[in-house]
Amino acid sequence: MKYVNEFRDGAIAQRMASEIRRIVTRPWAIMEVCGGQTHSIIRNGIDQLLPEQIELIHGPGCPVCVTPLELIDKALAIASLPNVIFCSFGDMLRVPGSSKDLFRVKSEGGDVRIVYSPLDAVTLARANPDKEVVFFGIGFETTAPPNAMAVSLAKKQGLKNFSVLVSHVLVPPAIEAIMSSPINRVQAFLAAGHVCSVMGYWQYPPLADRFRAPIVITGFEPLDILEGIRRTVTLLEAGEAKVDNAYARVVSFEGNRPAQKILEDVFEVTDRAWRGIGTIPQSGWRLSAAYREFDAEQKFQVSGIETQESALCRAGEVLQGALKPNQCAAFGKECTPRHPLGATMVSSEGACAAYYNYGRFITLEKSAEACPVP
Amino acid sequence: MNFENWTCPLPLQDYPSVVIGHGGGGKLSAELVEHLFLPAFRNSVLENLGDSSVIAAPAGRLAFSTDSFVVKPLFFPGGSIGDLAVNGTVNDLAMSGATPLYLSAGFIVEEGFPMTSLAQIVQRMAAAAERAGVQVITGDTKVVERGHGDGCYINTAGIGVLADGLRIGPALAQPGDVVILSGSIGDHGMAIMSVRESLEFETTIESDCAALNGLVADMLDASADIHVLRDPTRGGVASSLNEIAGQSKVGISIDETKIPVKPEVASACELLGMDPIYVANEGKLLAIVAAHAAEAILARMQAHPLGAGARIIGMVTANHPGMLVAKTGIGGTRVIPMQIGEQLPRIC
Repeated sequence: MKYVNEFRDGAIAQRMASEIRRIVTRPWAIMEVCGGQTHSIIRNGIDQLLPEQIELIHGPGCPVCVTPLELIDKALAIASLPNVIFCSFGDMLRVPGSSKDLFRVKSEGGDVRIVYSPLDAVTLARANPDKEVVFFGIGFETTAPPNAMAVSLAKKQGLKNFSVLVSHVLVPPAIEAIMSSPINRVQAFLAAGHVCSVMGYWQYPPLADRFRAPIVITGFEPLDILEGIRRTVTLLEAGEAKVDNAYARVVSFEGNRPAQKILEDVFEVTDRAWRGIGTIPQSGWRLSAAYREFDAEQKFQVSGIETQESALCRAGEVLQGALKPNQCAAFGKECTPRHPLGATMVSSEGACAAYYNYGRFITLEKSAEACPVP
Repeated sequence: MNFENWTCPLPLQDYPSVVIGHGGGGKLSAELVEHLFLPAFRNSVLENLGDSSVIAAPAGRLAFSTDSFVVKPLFFPGGSIGDLAVNGTVNDLAMSGATPLYLSAGFIVEEGFPMTSLAQIVQRMAAAAERAGVQVITGDTKVVERGHGDGCYINTAGIGVLADGLRIGPALAQPGDVVILSGSIGDHGMAIMSVRESLEFETTIESDCAALNGLVADMLDASADIHVLRDPTRGGVASSLNEIAGQSKVGISIDETKIPVKPEVASACELLGMDPIYVANEGKLLAIVAAHAAEAILARMQAHPLGAGARIIGMVTANHPGMLVAKTGIGGTRVIPMQIGEQLPRIC
């Protein structure tokens, strides 16, 4: 795989890790914002290559995780309605609401379908004019353009039976909220490369400046992440609160202008509740007035939803780096990927689930023994 | 055998689609048996058409296995539900070290299913049985109302025979044993994904669907010091090795970089956010063997067409019992857990 395998080279990874060991002189706490990066770090064991002084704090950038329970319950209620085809990306199907998940709704007769693009949902709406087709549009800036495209297309085609349950969230307000928290320990950020491929990184210099924290745009492959960490440590050691782009093969300063344009047209900024963190002002997108008719929350007045988060769950502290997943008393006991108590255990990209799935609760001192490979 | 140009024998031509009566036990059922199943599977035991088939008891011990097949779509690159129905049960028998001998075939067909498709499935089953050296000696057909089945479901059960003294089973892995994988992983699962409704993508990936009893016979010929055999079907290599670690109460360590994955399979997995180690195979096996026998077994596997890509991928250890641990490509380690359900394509 061109442009993938090159960035997974074991020998270069070892060299980069030793370079990081060479330049680091004291402890630093760095947050990788995106869940895809958390997943890659834990899956590949990138953190195991790093010097002790570097602590990676796993950020809130997993859209499945931070989607509020209330919205998931709304999705379940809409998906259960007769005459509705409810479309979602695959990994939302297993996310538990208060009492069930979309798989269970499907088994109970709900028409729940996995799609691979929101445009597939538009096609379904056109092919099923007697049904209401609803797409579950969640995610950060990365997944927003195709969702905006779907809504825009539905409007152009005059579709009356298509709507989107929107819960888009935005990275810069989350960084602001984390840095403003009284329990914050984060000193620098690896910014999410794919978010920046859409939005560019013109939003970040004011944040770096205001919080005196370097921000390095970082990709997802092992070498991308090591390079992001190397540049971050270099800036931290030099005391420079600058923005640097370690993912230049994908990300430009201004980002994808046509995508930004359609986002401005279809969405407007709104306050958003983040599961595990709480409401962050101006931290999400909802459909703008011109497209409100495609808002599933307006179309299906689902009421009587009462949700209660577990009192045991400390996801908020995990998301802010105040607690490691395996330091939580409920981790691996009351709370597992099968029975998640909170946001970070829900999706494979959540910090708690990543720790659980890759066995970071077990001491593996002898497990790295060499295999007898000829 | 030419499946595409196959034409229905005369009596079946009156019914281009399966009707309820084909499962009713009357004249239509008899025509189906006489003109479709018998010619395809023809053997002296089946020809008796008794309520049960009677065979002489072979010497040694018997292995008995059953499996049901519900794949969608029914025909996919590299195979069909018919190939799977034969090879799946043959492989289950072979994984205990048995020589597969006889199969049963139960069809549940949906009313309206094209007769030519049923015939193609049956022809493919017959060809697969011939390749595997097994006989289909009993069968049954039921027809369910339209809308109550996905075209065609098949159940097969199989009987095999194994020599006294041979002990192969999932609880018999021992620390120090070597883990061998017979070839590249993920081919079947990604071939199916590539033709799934709503996800068609252009690829040359073909299912690896094949009967492994010949390969197993060669391996046993090289050495009887084989402790565990497993065909990593649903849940892939990860699930099989986790099950073995659990049942044998040992740990298993593998080196991720030693696991062969075809570039096109790796690309498709990458695109969908899937890990090939969890993707299904239908023509691969994992063998856990005594260390001293590993090289001899590996050499024999590599000399067989279905084991040409065989490699040692890891070892069994007394550490971390019940767990599968992998050395990652960049030199880290990770635990590879069982999956809760199917792998799901990720949002981003």
